[in-house]
Amino acid sequence: MIHTRNLPFVAALAIFLLAYLACVLQFPNMLSTRVLGNLLTDNAFLGIAAVGMTFVILSGGIDLSIGSVIAFTSVFVASMVGSLGVNPIVAFAAVLAISTTFGASMGLMIRFLSIPPFVATLAGMFLARGAAYLISTQSVPISHPVIDAIQGFYFRFPGGGRLTAMAMLMLVVFVVGAFVAGRTRFGANVYALGGNPQSAELMGVPVGRTTIGIYALSGFLSGLAGIAYTLYTSSGYSLATVGVELDAIAAVVIGGTLLTGGAGLVAGTFVGILIQGLIQTYIVFDGSLSSWWTKIVIGILLFTFIVLQRAIVWYSDRRLAEGRLKEA
Amino acid sequence: MKKALAAFTVAFSACLASGVSAQSLTVGFSQIGSESGWRAAETTVTKQEAEKRGIDLKFADAQQKQENQIKAIRGFIAQGVDAILVAPVVATGWESVLQEAKEEEIPVILLDRQIEASDDLYLTAVTSDQVHEGKVAGDWLVKDIGDKPCNVVELQGTTGSSPAINRKKGFEEALASHDNIKITRSQTGDFTRTKGKEVMESFIKAEGGGQDICAVYAHNDDMAVGAIQAIKEAGLKPGSDIKIVSIDAVPDIFKAMAEGEANATVELTPNMAGPAFDVLEAYLKDKTEPPKWIQTESKLYTAADDPMAVYEAKKDLGY
Repeated sequence: MIHTRNLPFVAALAIFLLAYLACVLQFPNMLSTRVLGNLLTDNAFLGIAAVGMTFVILSGGIDLSIGSVIAFTSVFVASMVGSLGVNPIVAFAAVLAISTTFGASMGLMIRFLSIPPFVATLAGMFLARGAAYLISTQSVPISHPVIDAIQGFYFRFPGGGRLTAMAMLMLVVFVVGAFVAGRTRFGANVYALGGNPQSAELMGVPVGRTTIGIYALSGFLSGLAGIAYTLYTSSGYSLATVGVELDAIAAVVIGGTLLTGGAGLVAGTFVGILIQGLIQTYIVFDGSLSSWWTKIVIGILLFTFIVLQRAIVWYSDRRLAEGRLKEA
Repeated sequence: MKKALAAFTVAFSACLASGVSAQSLTVGFSQIGSESGWRAAETTVTKQEAEKRGIDLKFADAQQKQENQIKAIRGFIAQGVDAILVAPVVATGWESVLQEAKEEEIPVILLDRQIEASDDLYLTAVTSDQVHEGKVAGDWLVKDIGDKPCNVVELQGTTGSSPAINRKKGFEEALASHDNIKITRSQTGDFTRTKGKEVMESFIKAEGGGQDICAVYAHNDDMAVGAIQAIKEAGLKPGSDIKIVSIDAVPDIFKAMAEGEANATVELTPNMAGPAFDVLEAYLKDKTEPPKWIQTESKLYTAADDPMAVYEAKKDLGY
């Protein structure tokens, strides 16, 4: 018997598998390691950012700054490496420190100034995008032996598909993210906070530390996603990745995480990412559909999943109430 | 039973797919988006050109995002298309994905814009020469005015954008050796109709109610259409009191030309795909290497070119 809380995740997984099967029936070429490799590589930066978003949403919050932080990171790294000639490793470390601090300070604002996450991270979104413009409004190319080495590092599957460094990074982030959410004290605190902040505080969950930790983690992962994006395009561009935070939210919700927090799985987000990538791949393979169908299908899926979640919450509340009635 | 049915469907769709690809060429086209009328027309014309040649065109709209374009190109490679057309949204960051296409021996042709990458990564680039466009417009004005003194006002495109810089440069080159024609005022109209009108209104006020203006040079037709409205509202006759010359050749300017309200426009052809398919077919047939840059024609249209007929031909292209 599947636990009702995990039902959205199972539903998402089933939808992905069925959709993939339908795609393969229409375009046999889609059953290739190349398509699978592309799914992972093309969505690597989005996936990494979505893991951070999963923690934020699990805690009942939201982080709108992700896309801007990715753009900032890519422009920052590109200018450091491309224009100033800094070693990429140093630039990566610097930008991760900046983005983590940036996330932590948004967490501080949310906790100690009691600003709703929506507003605090909206401010962060504008700030990071503005900072990116300040560095450069042009797209900045980079080339450096270290970057070339990372880009050139991949495993080749039989059939021509590639598991690139970025894809591997994303898979590692997902595995570590799933471990942190499911097996650590911090993860348990995140779930508790999302379930009910008052009871969490009364139960002795360190709300302040956890909140700041969540947004710092999201900032860190946005920075990491920015690095993946920089490697993906070998350049930095301040106009890039507008609205990626919304794609990340969509992936998290489609993957079965409750938008109000407290329930969901990191693995679900991975499925959510794959579903989005699959729709785009299908549209490219078909070649005659408008790309806006991606948005339409994702909109329909989101709506379906939110209704499904509502139904599950309602169902489990009723069962709880029935249980209490029986006891009484 | 279910298994048999599934196996049958797979086999059926497999032979369907192979049946199609064996006959005709399959070409993937990654378009930037549909942000302007011109780009929509480019998409329409590309589809028409492909249909004319019996090419199976796979179209992907990137919605202004480079990551979507890279995804689309990777998708085309996975699909095993015969060639890829790209209208790149930015100049940088194409090396790794074009390298992948190259390793699979899929030729890539750039449309409309150049990129900053080694030119062995693509077969050729089909673009217009924006400086030349400005020069064609300027040459027309020089010829039309002759030896009379003439004060020109200029409506620039978006500040800092490459068409604005290049079209200004080309126009000034054409005027350089003709001291009787001077650019007296030059301001940005942001490539839009409303801004073009506003800026023209202020020009007219500043230049003695428009008496001191002899011609308007607009970096695109939309601003010219705005300027025409401003001139009419000031009680002057566009086309005769004040000459209008602009660039792009969108349908609306031909309507104005037919009514005698505009004088000349330089075409930025939406047909970049035609020349691209030509060199592609030659390349696939006997490995004819085309030049790395194919310049499209910047054709001048005036009232003598039957503007109404051109308008009819262009109005359904999606401008």
